[in-house]
Formats: sequence, structure tokens, C-alpha cells
Amino acid sequence: MDGLPAQVWAWFADPQNWAGPDGVPARAAEHVGLTAAAVGLACLLAVPLGLWLGHTGRGGTLAINVTNVGRAVPTFAVLVILALGPLGLSIWSTLVALVLFAVPPILTNTYVGVAEVDPDARAAAVGMGMSGRQVLARVELPLATPLLVAGVQLATIQVIATATIAALVAGPGLGRIITAGFGLQDEAQVVAGALLVAGLALVADLAFVRMSSRARRGRVPAVE
Amino acid sequence: MVGHGLTLTDNCLTRNDWVCPLYVRTRSTELVEATVSHVLISFTAVVVALLLAIPLALAVRRSPRWRRTLEGGAAVVYTIPSLALFVLLVPFTGLSALTVVIGLVLYAQTILIRAVLVGLAAVPADVRDAAAGMGYGRGRLLLVVEAPLAVPTVMAGLRVAAVSTVALTTVGAIIGHGGLGDLIYAGLRSVFRAEVLTASLLCVLLAVVADLSLVGLQRVLTPWRRGVG
Repeated sequence: MDGLPAQVWAWFADPQNWAGPDGVPARAAEHVGLTAAAVGLACLLAVPLGLWLGHTGRGGTLAINVTNVGRAVPTFAVLVILALGPLGLSIWSTLVALVLFAVPPILTNTYVGVAEVDPDARAAAVGMGMSGRQVLARVELPLATPLLVAGVQLATIQVIATATIAALVAGPGLGRIITAGFGLQDEAQVVAGALLVAGLALVADLAFVRMSSRARRGRVPAVE
Repeated sequence: MVGHGLTLTDNCLTRNDWVCPLYVRTRSTELVEATVSHVLISFTAVVVALLLAIPLALAVRRSPRWRRTLEGGAAVVYTIPSLALFVLLVPFTGLSALTVVIGLVLYAQTILIRAVLVGLAAVPADVRDAAAGMGYGRGRLLLVVEAPLAVPTVMAGLRVAAVSTVALTTVGAIIGHGGLGDLIYAGLRSVFRAEVLTASLLCVLLAVVADLSLVGLQRVLTPWRRGVG
């Protein structure tokens, strides 16, 4: 512990750690890019499915249990299984694993958001002559949005964490700074990498909090 | 079949199959050891987390300010990726199982504090008033009225915490104390599929067993709810 904070500080101050493909900016860009790709793909899969299941009221057990099942499966195990599978130690196996773990929170939250729309609001929309599609787009989706965004937020935090673990397997990103530090037995680098990862997750979380509070401010207050 | 017929040229080990009963048979000691250490790490973490969460939640429940501080702190911890959290504890507790347990306690804590607070808050006000009217003091109210009514919510939180903890324990492999995660990591480095899949399935099985045990425990703790759908 003696002098470690100073060593970590020195690591951050060393310009060498900020340059090249192993540098902080490159690794951070990989981490952000991978996370954005995984969450984006997961949204493409999970949002339409969640909206449809919620709108039709079908498959609720599936939409809710997928999160419970996802929680019981270790991310590390899935990363390793995919890496030893046909995709091999490539970025694709990492990406597939990340998408698999990003889908459940988005699917569950989208489904619950739509399924729990006040039946009176739905009936009023139908009474105004809206078609099923219009009800979904103009009533259910807007009312489900806060929960949907919360699901995407959960998924993003989960993916940032899983992408870090991916560095143990073969993945790119900030986790590589930690694993490389372990390889070099450089405790300062290991801690610096962990601080970077934690910082990225906190910044992402904060961005979502600000985004959703802004979205709330723009909305008509719900009648209690 | 085993014995002379067994040659190195063709069995599930040399073919590196995902499913290999021969692996399970020949490495059973290793598998049992990893499973036991996995259970010990996860179980300790969940029990310690619960023992900390209950008094913490009780301490802050009447003070909105402290409650916000505690919940905010918990949210920050929950956001930090597990690998980073474990690694940040290494300078304090070294490459030990204790480091993994502390990290897991911190995560489980965030789920459990919330569950306890929500469970207690959900006790209907008129129930509380009725108990107060009967002359119950704070302590007796908590033990006899509030705690039993909070059990279902707390148990729901405990199930989530236990299942997540069992899965998360594998990440402890980064510092060599990940229970079954150590086997998964070793299997990755030696490209040994049967080792990876067997350890992974055992992990999921442990999570399911933990969940079902807690469901059973809840039935024992809340006999008045039996038969309620």
C-alpha cells in the first residue's frame, strides 16, 4: 500500500501510457465502441420484441424470466464458452456475449413498461379511433419510455462491466490495461486500469441519469 | 470398457469435446474442491451482506437524508464493474479469497439494503397504528409486526442477491479465488472445453439450488402465506 497512490498518479502522468494502440485513449475508444455496438444491437433485438409482447400481452413469463435466467449465468463463463467455440478468440465472440447480456434488461423493461400502461389510457385511445399500431406508437411507447430507458441504462452498465471481463479472454478495451498490468506485475497499472473502468461506468450512468431527468422535465406530469 | 480399451487416440478428452463424462470422472476431486470453495465464498458473502444490510437499513430508515446518502453510495458501488472493484481491493487485502468476499458483500449489500427498506416501508400504516394503539413499543412493533410483514420482500431481494453473487464469484478468477471460475479460467488457457463447460454448468446449477433453497426457506418463515398463489 505504501506509495501506491503516488505510483498510480505517476502512471497517469506518464505520456507513454496515453499513446499508441495500448494507450488510454485507444483502449477507452475500444471500450466505448464495443459497448455502443452491443447495446445498439441489443436494442434492435429487444425493443421491438418487448413492444410486441407488451402490446399483445403475450409471452410475459418469457419476457420477465429472461432477466432472472440471465442473472444466474456467469458472464465470464459465456465469454469463455464463446471464445472456445466456432467464433474463436475474436472480437465477434466478445460482441455476441455482450449482446446476450444486454438483451434481458431491455426486453424485460420494455415489456413491463408497455404491459403496465393504464388500461383506461389504452381504452381512451381505442375509443378515439386509434388503430392498434397507433395505440402502440402514440400511447404505449411514450408511456413505456422511462422504463425502457432505465432498461437501456442497466444494460449499458452491465455491458461496460462484461466488456472489462472480456479482457481476461481476448477482448479489447480498458480491461486490457488491467490484465497487462497483472502480466507485468505492475500494481500501479492494475489500479489505474480499474480506476479508468470504474470512471467510465460512473460517467455512463450519470449521462443516463441526466438524460432521463431531462426527458421527464419535457413531459406532461402524470395525474396521480 | 475402461482399461485396455481406453487409448489416447480416441476419447472425449483427446477430441476436446464440450461434454465429456470421462473428464468428470477423472477430475472429480478438482471439481468438488472448486465447487466447495465457490459455495463457501458465495455463502459467506451473502450472509455477511445480509447481517450488515439489516442494521444499516434500520439505522437510516427514519432519516431521509442518511437514507439518500446510503442508497446513493450503494448505487455508485453497484455501477463499478466487478473486475475493477475486485482489483481496487487488492492493495488492501491482497490476492486472497477475502478480497473476493468483500467485493461480493458490497454488491449484495446494495440489493439487500433496498429490499429491507422497501419491505419495511410497505407495512400498511393502519397495521402500524393498530399495533401502536395496542401499546406496542418500537422494538416490539419491529420484531412482531414489521419484520414478519417485510419477510417476502426481503426474501425476494435475497434471492436476487444470492443468484447474482453465485454468478459473480467466477470473476474472482482474476485473483485466483473464483471457485469454479478458476476452472473456467484454467480451461480457457489450456483450451480445454470439457473443463469450461462442466464448471459453467455447475455454476448455473449452484445458482438454481441457492434460489430454490431460499424459496423453501421463505415457505418455512412465512407459514401464513402458504397456499397463497
